[in-house]
Amino acid sequence: MMTKNETERRDIEALLPWHAAGTLTRRDAQRVEAALNEDRDLARQFELVREELGETIHLNETLGAPSARAMERLLAGIEAEGAKGRRRQSFNLAAFIGERMSMFSPRTLAWSAVTAVLAIVLQAGLLANLYINEPGSEVPSAYKTASATRSLGPVGSYALIGFTPQASAADVTKFLEAHKASIVEGPKPGGLYRIRVSTTALPKNDLAAIVKQMQDDSKIVRFVAATE
Amino acid sequence: MQATSDEALIGRIATGDKVAMQVLFARHHVRVYRFVLRLVRDQTKAEDLISEVFLDVWRQAGKFEARSAVSTWLLAIARYKALSALRRRPDEELDDETAAAIEDPGDDPETALEKKDKGEILRKCLTALSPEHREIIDLVYYHEKSVEEVAEIVGIPQNTVKTRMFYARKRLSELLKAAGVDRGWP
Repeated sequence: MMTKNETERRDIEALLPWHAAGTLTRRDAQRVEAALNEDRDLARQFELVREELGETIHLNETLGAPSARAMERLLAGIEAEGAKGRRRQSFNLAAFIGERMSMFSPRTLAWSAVTAVLAIVLQAGLLANLYINEPGSEVPSAYKTASATRSLGPVGSYALIGFTPQASAADVTKFLEAHKASIVEGPKPGGLYRIRVSTTALPKNDLAAIVKQMQDDSKIVRFVAATE
Repeated sequence: MQATSDEALIGRIATGDKVAMQVLFARHHVRVYRFVLRLVRDQTKAEDLISEVFLDVWRQAGKFEARSAVSTWLLAIARYKALSALRRRPDEELDDETAAAIEDPGDDPETALEKKDKGEILRKCLTALSPEHREIIDLVYYHEKSVEEVAEIVGIPQNTVKTRMFYARKRLSELLKAAGVDRGWP
């Protein structure tokens, strides 16, 4: 059977690695220190522990670091999550009205309902009158937007761009503003984005000049090329 | 100037702050990568896994209760993901022979001894440990995790943490002895 001293010694011995790493509580660290001062064998073993500690650090430090791909993959994942999040957080009219309605008393709600019904009836009457009395027409005029005559096709000049892992969201926003560009698509594989650099189709040379300007901002941009 | 604490960063990440996410990544990704790499032994896979670890942080930041250090939380997620990835690859069993074969493609301990470099032999023997022993040694010595934190990351009782560390060290001494370095312990 193990004596109390032997048990205590084994406990201390088991704590040596944490004592060497400096991760013991103050109380345990004091216990170990006291034992190390009294027990030469334990002190010798502690030297071995320190040796192991040093070489483990050395070994891990030679493992290198991940490439920028890890960060790009993370940012692409976050962008994808962000898009989902925005959809989830889109404005919910029913919930908004429900929340506001719950603040009113039943009497107020009853009067509000009556007023709303009257407003709907009145509005329906006015619309019917407008439809029937419109001069020279049997059907309401077709709905037109102010921009209806404009083509909605993908007019403009575009580039494919990849940002450096160090570039923060604020850096990217500032960069896009400075170049009057906007992200229209992405992230694509490799963390690339399609950006519109002009709302008009620029001559090839002008687009190349813009791309060159963007390339010069190497702190933000790791890749940029003109695209369709 | 005082750096923002990890816990404060997690709080900002929970509100969707991408810059805070980048700061946390910059602060921890190398250590997490090395921890994962020692488990999966594949650089590309390790890079993919750390992206997933930090993406989980992005998703779960709001649920972080600060009962443990952020670095402990990161390593626990990383370990879970690494072991899941290994389970998907049955040819990468966690056994001593595979670990030694993959991790130690260069000189064997005997050859290394000829180089008269005790440190190098020790490092060779560290890589020849079983993944279970290697993991605990890395967590204690390199990642500076306390007994409680290792227990949380590995998911074992605290007494088992101490026992496992003891046997990992004992095995290391045996490997060193086999390589001609008798440390006189155990």
